[in-house]
Amino acid sequence: MSMPRPSASRTAAESIRSERSFLAKASIPILAVLLLAALPLTLDIFRLGLAAKYLSLSFCAVGIVLIWGYGGILSLGQGVFFGLGSYMMAMFLKLESTGADSSAQALSSFFGSNLPDFMVWNSIETLPWWWEPFNHAWFTIPAILILPAVLAFVLAYANFRRRIGDVYFSIVTLALSAILAIVIIGQQGVTGGVNGINDFRTFLGINLDDDKVKVSMYYITCVLLLGCVMIGTFVLRSRLGKVLVAIRDREDRVRFSGYDPALFKAFIFAIAAVFSSIGGAMFTLQVGLASPSLVGIVPSVEMVIYAAVGGRLSLVGAVYGAVLVGYAKTFFSENFVEYWMYFIGGLFVVVVMFLPDGLAGLIDRIRGGGKPGASSGEPTPAREDGASPPPGAARLAGETGGAE
Amino acid sequence: MSNFNRRDFIKTSGTVAAGAIAAPMLNIRTAGAADSVKVGILHSLTGTIAIAEKSVVDAEMLAIEEINKAGGVMGAKIEAVVEDGASDWPTFAEKARKLLEKDKVAAVMGCYTSASRKAVLPVFEKLKGLLYYPTYYEGLEQSPNIMYTAQEATQSVIAAMEWLFKNKGKTFYMIGSDYIWPRTTIKIAKVTLARLGGKLVGEGYYPLGHIEFSSEINKIKAAKPDVILNCVVGGSNVAFFKQLTAAGITGKNQTILSLAVSEEEVSGIGADNTVGTLTCMGYFQSLKNPENEKFVKAFKAKYGANRVTGDTLSCGYTSVYLWKMAAEKAKSFEVEKVVAASANLEFAGPEGKIKFHGSNHHLWKHARIGAFRPDGQVDMIYESPLIEPNPFPKL
Amino acid sequence: MTFDMLASQAFTGVSIFTILMLMALGLAIVFGLMGVINMAHGELMAMGAYCSYGTALFFHAYLPDLMDYYVFVGIALAFVVTSIFGYLLERGLIRFLYKRPLDTLLATWGLSLILQQIYRQFINSKEVEVPTVSWLRGAWQATEGVALPLSRLFIIGLAVVTAFAVWWLLFRTRWGLRIRAVTQNRTMAGAAGIDTNKVDAYTFALGCGLAGIAGSSFTMLASTGPTTGQQYIVDTFIVVVFGGVESLIGTIASAFIIGQMQSWFEFGMSGSMARASILLLVIVVLFFRPNGLFATKVRR
Repeated sequence: MSMPRPSASRTAAESIRSERSFLAKASIPILAVLLLAALPLTLDIFRLGLAAKYLSLSFCAVGIVLIWGYGGILSLGQGVFFGLGSYMMAMFLKLESTGADSSAQALSSFFGSNLPDFMVWNSIETLPWWWEPFNHAWFTIPAILILPAVLAFVLAYANFRRRIGDVYFSIVTLALSAILAIVIIGQQGVTGGVNGINDFRTFLGINLDDDKVKVSMYYITCVLLLGCVMIGTFVLRSRLGKVLVAIRDREDRVRFSGYDPALFKAFIFAIAAVFSSIGGAMFTLQVGLASPSLVGIVPSVEMVIYAAVGGRLSLVGAVYGAVLVGYAKTFFSENFVEYWMYFIGGLFVVVVMFLPDGLAGLIDRIRGGGKPGASSGEPTPAREDGASPPPGAARLAGETGGAE
Repeated sequence: MSNFNRRDFIKTSGTVAAGAIAAPMLNIRTAGAADSVKVGILHSLTGTIAIAEKSVVDAEMLAIEEINKAGGVMGAKIEAVVEDGASDWPTFAEKARKLLEKDKVAAVMGCYTSASRKAVLPVFEKLKGLLYYPTYYEGLEQSPNIMYTAQEATQSVIAAMEWLFKNKGKTFYMIGSDYIWPRTTIKIAKVTLARLGGKLVGEGYYPLGHIEFSSEINKIKAAKPDVILNCVVGGSNVAFFKQLTAAGITGKNQTILSLAVSEEEVSGIGADNTVGTLTCMGYFQSLKNPENEKFVKAFKAKYGANRVTGDTLSCGYTSVYLWKMAAEKAKSFEVEKVVAASANLEFAGPEGKIKFHGSNHHLWKHARIGAFRPDGQVDMIYESPLIEPNPFPKL
Repeated sequence: MTFDMLASQAFTGVSIFTILMLMALGLAIVFGLMGVINMAHGELMAMGAYCSYGTALFFHAYLPDLMDYYVFVGIALAFVVTSIFGYLLERGLIRFLYKRPLDTLLATWGLSLILQQIYRQFINSKEVEVPTVSWLRGAWQATEGVALPLSRLFIIGLAVVTAFAVWWLLFRTRWGLRIRAVTQNRTMAGAAGIDTNKVDAYTFALGCGLAGIAGSSFTMLASTGPTTGQQYIVDTFIVVVFGGVESLIGTIASAFIIGQMQSWFEFGMSGSMARASILLLVIVVLFFRPNGLFATKVRR
């Protein structure tokens, strides 16, 4: 079986060149203008809230571009890290909210306990020890950044050291997200179970319902997101990025050159995990809940789809992908209640079939004067978008390239 | 003693509730003479829960159609805005916000799972909306902005346990899906069982959607309980009953009482597999009263003769009427006034006469126990008097 | 634990093993041999289940005398329908994506959403009832304390027959030779005059057809609804990956191991924790055997 390797047809040099092309250079400022000026000026507070939700999810997509597009690792478990960030933030918010307002006080005086509501219902008497640190912001916020990174690094390094196959790693991450969802649902006394954790009031004393706060949260999300995109760009342009692409395309040769591919892959995986975790925390702050339905397999696969729609080689594209799919879901489900699943399902098929490099690839192609393969990022000889390759020939090429 | 505590609580939270709804009404239209009024319908039309929720939407739409035919609410035709929660809790929150902020609906009929209700609850409280929640649930909640039109856990399980203990046996095996409703229900059942002096011989919880019960069935066989109390939910029930039947455990040789199997579920499980087993609900399609006969007839006429009704459908249908009556009594669509008018409101619906509690937003209801017939319908065996809702039982 | 319990539990383990094996055989061919990550595999199983449902309706209406035998027609129909669908799917979509296996994941995920909505809209949004034929209801009383459900015995038999048929097809026929040749070395196989495109399409169709058989027979044990496929898909992938993607024997062995674990874990602890533990164990084992339990040794 040939190794699953997204766009293995591209050489390292070409990938990096496309990232440096003119539009790519301008793409971050364009995104910044869109996010920071265009959207807030045109959308009302409700739609802006939706945008904030999609942007929170796009953190994961940006991470997936790093690990999948450039590292060749397909993770179906980004929901795990998104969930970690989301739940850690939710635990902090819940503890802050518990007993803070009058109805919560009524509840706690009735039950004679001022634990979070779901613990009270489940007859939990004392706060579990691992909840304790989340009373403090100084613990919670660093934990959101560090914990997923450590976990991701250890997991990935251990597995890549053993030279686990790409597909196996995908399935391992898939199983992880299933496990986390099952554990959260099963241990409802301390996790909130299938209901998740919700109903927060304040964050560090700031009222989360206030419209001004919401707008500020939106801007914070945007700034963080742009920060992540820039960090990603920086990483890819550094020597690390070059080694990474080299590993994606010919791991054995990189190893023979004296590098430890596992270390690089684990490092980039940890970065992606941190991005997801930040996204999760921002999601919880803005949407107001942490739920196991954002941890499991379905959301994890959807996150990959955001990246695929945006273009798996484009960090900026990932943001557009997440926002586009999110809006498409909202738009279709508001307007075509019965049929929206067809649109969404069809969208995935069409993107994979005809836009293998997503929106970013489409823009590249348009820029290339509409001539397929003429643009800088699309090396003519090895094009396999699936638009119309002669299968036999393509497969022949693929086999010689992939058999190891 | 416990009663005193509860009253105390209701008083406190009542004050809180009044405080919350006394806040200025910014969003809800103050329709009086308008010729139409918007009502939101928020259920999962896609995803895993759609199986259960789609038919609730049908029942609610039927009620809306009937009301519109009869002249609407205070002369205003109801305009239904249907949104899909897609079995995804954040989506429910998003759609709830959309219904309240964009469509400015006067009320929403919606939600099925507790998780979806928990997700929309803060939205309804913040935006001062009004949700009618038509599904039997675990209790432990009382929001000023939600009307709970189905039974909370104590209203079915305590009556069921007492009846079972008196008529069927002393040892119980309890099995449920692994989330809050079955866990809470089984907890109440266990406390009730201890009070009665019975014995729990085993319990098991399985993830939603689980389809392999043979190990559990082996455990049940070894434990030889007098009664199996089944709190399994959704598609897992199909697997559970089929595998029980295959293992030779049926309604004929074993008392099995289900708390989440209505006529609706039986159409998927297969009546062969449920015949003789018991169910405890607030409503059965076979209930004999003029309102129910009218409801069943209208439902079948609109959606097809092979469709069946069930507890949640009846509650969804009733919800729309309860809202209409409260609005007419209040002479206003304002949430605050509708809620106030709902207290002690009586309604004769498909499940007979029911009545809103004076303060806790739940309904006084009958608990009914029946046995499944070979055609999937239910023969009622026992009907309790109206039971007071008690969402915060002292256990 | 008494002997009866032990025997019942052992039987449960065997039963879960055969169920997992039936689920995984199709995917082992599609994913293991061809490298196509077919996320719509569960929906194909649901398609098989709906074929059984349709057959039951047809027999109920037109051939009530033969109702007892509809199950065979249902399984055969499920195989035919899903393999035709699989053939079309391969020609229309999958064949363009062989070079990009992870992309097949996304495309087939989209497809699975579409199929679910089709089931929901055109068949029934609720679960449908697929009757179990009368001679498969109830249990065979092996000893006084041990009752073996007939439907499970039937599935065990079906799984053995199917597994044997697949083995025979792959290792004892000309087609099987071609399939193995193409999956082992496509270039050489093509050079030797094998029409690799045709082989791909037929292999994929076979894998899908096996999913249909599995889905059709599971109607005896579980529900049939629009989201039925979702119940199966994760387990199916775990079995195939755990066993080692390129090995059919590995798939069977892995189904056996996971089946036994599930049976005993569920006996000892709550169902939710049993499931989480099994997944965790699979991860741990994959750590030590990164390419599955029965992977062929290759240098990487």
